[in-house]
Amino acid sequence: MILVVDMNSEENSFGFSEFVLPIVTVAQELEQCIVKRYFEVNEKDLKGYDKVILSGSALKNTVTLGQTAQFKWLNNCHKPVLGICAGMQTVSLVFGGRLVKCHEIGMTKITTLKANPLFSSSFNAYTLHNYAIVPSAEFEVLAESAKCVQAIRHKQKDVYGVLFHPEVRNKEVIQRFIQAFP
Amino acid sequence: MKLGVLFSGGKDSTLALHKAAEKEEVACLITIFSKNKESYMFHTPNIELTALQAEALHLPLIRKVTAGEPEKELKELEKAIAQAITRFKIAGIVTGAVESVYQAARIQQVCNRLDVWCFNPLWKRNQQTLLEEIVNEGFKAVISGIFAYPLDEKWLGKLLDEDMIAKLTVLSREYGLSPSGEGGEIETTVLDAPLFKKKIEVLDGEVEAKSNSGVFRIKQARLTEK
Repeated sequence: MILVVDMNSEENSFGFSEFVLPIVTVAQELEQCIVKRYFEVNEKDLKGYDKVILSGSALKNTVTLGQTAQFKWLNNCHKPVLGICAGMQTVSLVFGGRLVKCHEIGMTKITTLKANPLFSSSFNAYTLHNYAIVPSAEFEVLAESAKCVQAIRHKQKDVYGVLFHPEVRNKEVIQRFIQAFP
Repeated sequence: MKLGVLFSGGKDSTLALHKAAEKEEVACLITIFSKNKESYMFHTPNIELTALQAEALHLPLIRKVTAGEPEKELKELEKAIAQAITRFKIAGIVTGAVESVYQAARIQQVCNRLDVWCFNPLWKRNQQTLLEEIVNEGFKAVISGIFAYPLDEKWLGKLLDEDMIAKLTVLSREYGLSPSGEGGEIETTVLDAPLFKKKIEVLDGEVEAKSNSGVFRIKQARLTEK
């Protein structure tokens, strides 16, 4: 069972259909999913799930980036985690990374820097962000675009983050994340 | 939140409008009339009909005409949205984008520059279920453009109904067509929908077609009671 964390705040009423449902559609072909709003998730809840995926959100929805206390559960989470866009930014912040202004919208060339189970070589992916991340020393960089870090992995945990939106043109990234941790 | 809907008068932007109206206040429609028949962004048969559709919906329409040069038409879109922000105090834009990253990315960029929300309520939706939803919700849409083999003039002007969806599904399997025309294979014009206060009656129309490409041009239409 996969927990999909909806990173959209209340004010973004369409965030679910645009940023969460496409992830659920891809993931559910392989494993059952439950969706919870980000402020409903706590450490106790995690027991019932095998993996966690944190969704992206609309460009103007930066609410979660100021609410990292809501994601303290990530520090003690021993399940595989995949953060997508806002999900990745939040994962990075929780583990001591920082945000930098970086604007990319549209199909973007991504270059793999380190072998990993989710992707390889160079590929094009859909990006939609005004901020990128500088990860803490706990993370290694797996991929980059011409402008910024595009994918990270925790050095000791199965915690991944991708800044691009794999649910748009790179569904296999989500599928490989699910299949990598049966 | 007040929203403006990018409105071509086809099934997707009309469904997006309905989704927007369920959750927020739709303050206006925005139509870009591209004179370039090759425009990937805005070209739609019967785009002139959006004025009558807006009247049927009791919504104000902001309309901009563009020669259709790729980046200049985005400038016209930006001007139209800026005008909607000033006139109707909208805080966001709604589009009917389903699969096109080309369109979605460009509209996101414009909205980002103007600091307004950009919502795509149909994004990545299954195209078959979208068609079914349109028919089940009572939309009356006619096929107003065909642009792919093996579609021909017999499709033009026909109502999108359950039989039509079944036929499109077969073509999708056999020829790889997008069932909802997301690849530009089919264009539609909506004549009635749940939020229409009056429906559109076509008084005069003509088919212009050559092999697997053609349009059903609505030359004269009026509003009638539902």
